[in-house]
Amino acid sequence: MSHKTVHTHLFAATRKGLVRYRRHEHSYVFEQVHFIGEPVTMLLHDTHNQRFYAALRLGHFGPKLHRSDDNGQTWQEIATPQLPKQDDDKPQEKGNSVDMIWSMACTEKRIWLGTIPGALFYSDDGGDSWHLVESLWNAPERSGWFGGGYDQPGIHSICIDPRKPERVIIAISCGGVWRTEDNGRTWALSAKGLFAAYMPPELATQENTQDPHCMVMCAANPDVLWIQHHNGIFLSEDNAHHWQQIHGVTPSDFGFAVTVDPSNENLAWFVPGIKDECRLPKDYALCVTHTPDRGKRFNVHRAGLPTEPSFDLVYRHALAISEDGKTLAFGTTTGNLWCSSDAGKHWQCLSHTLAPINLLAFARLAHK
Amino acid sequence: MAHISFTSNLQKHVSVDSLEVISGSGDSLAQVFTQVFVQYPALKTYLVDDQFRLRQHVAVFVDHTLVREKDLTKVHCAVHADIFVAQALSGG
Repeated sequence: MSHKTVHTHLFAATRKGLVRYRRHEHSYVFEQVHFIGEPVTMLLHDTHNQRFYAALRLGHFGPKLHRSDDNGQTWQEIATPQLPKQDDDKPQEKGNSVDMIWSMACTEKRIWLGTIPGALFYSDDGGDSWHLVESLWNAPERSGWFGGGYDQPGIHSICIDPRKPERVIIAISCGGVWRTEDNGRTWALSAKGLFAAYMPPELATQENTQDPHCMVMCAANPDVLWIQHHNGIFLSEDNAHHWQQIHGVTPSDFGFAVTVDPSNENLAWFVPGIKDECRLPKDYALCVTHTPDRGKRFNVHRAGLPTEPSFDLVYRHALAISEDGKTLAFGTTTGNLWCSSDAGKHWQCLSHTLAPINLLAFARLAHK
Repeated sequence: MAHISFTSNLQKHVSVDSLEVISGSGDSLAQVFTQVFVQYPALKTYLVDDQFRLRQHVAVFVDHTLVREKDLTKVHCAVHADIFVAQALSGG
């Protein structure tokens, strides 16, 4: 059932726990913390059965997955995806083990899960068991992937076409964009038009080494996808078969996060920074950029954001939009969390004191 | 018999008590831990990764000496070894 109303809750997955906010009037208020002190790297709300999945990356004890059937009141540890025994004599296998769960998405029947290193897993039993997508893991092109931000390549974006759930499009830093039309049995690159200035010039358009920082698909028009790439903002209007760069974006077209209105593919938001290694707001002035017309124009919004010098950086999963298309939130590596109820024109601070924020997710909690 | 005990920090995640397992002459630490994981299956992913390497920030002491080798098949374990599993000060 489709809802176009605002979500009842907002979750912030942070370096020190999963912080939960409840809708109150036109904003959100703190409610509780799950996994106190633990790094939370991913959260999935399976709306088909009202289950939550939370991925942890314990500093000492490795990646873990937990599941909740009661809106997060209690959590049960479930199986963590595992790679088969790797051959340390092969350079492309040496040192591989699941280090971090970086992306999750689901249909009614299947959960997809992406990791660092760049492995894709699926579960058809609600996370009780996980299976490596060997067709992608064994793709010869994988030897050309490399780390972007992290030491190893990773799958951070999974888009499932709602018209055809067997079609899944994933983005990899740094391994380009890949697609399957047959539920993961076969894969093909889907990154034509992306451009990598960090590569040797003759390899700049090579699909397999692109660094899409984040990729989102519009639910209402899945032919339109947006990418915040290391080299700028890219748009596809043909279901990721071809990409075109959006030029002339100020103050910067660099960043990590992007989100799109679920009902209108023309409306997208970004939080820009300075490339490459600096990764701060330009002129220390934190802002949100918004295109109202599929990238022809960009508005710069600063109302409610800091007027003093800002060092805030927004990670790729830390910009979120509610189903109403008006309510947005973003969180930063300096633990600041802002919310907007007017499509990003004005921002209200929810907290200045969180741990670094990995991810934000809106959710509508059903009564159980 | 090898004696294995654990940092109390693990109790937050997995309920585990110290235990003794049979250790033969020439056994590796991998063989010892394989027996431990039979008794405490949930403990396995906390101490070793999916390649059965000791996690980077898990510290194991055998007879009061820190084990620096992550491949536990390469670490010899004496018959009556005293093994202590700790969380390293790194990795927090």
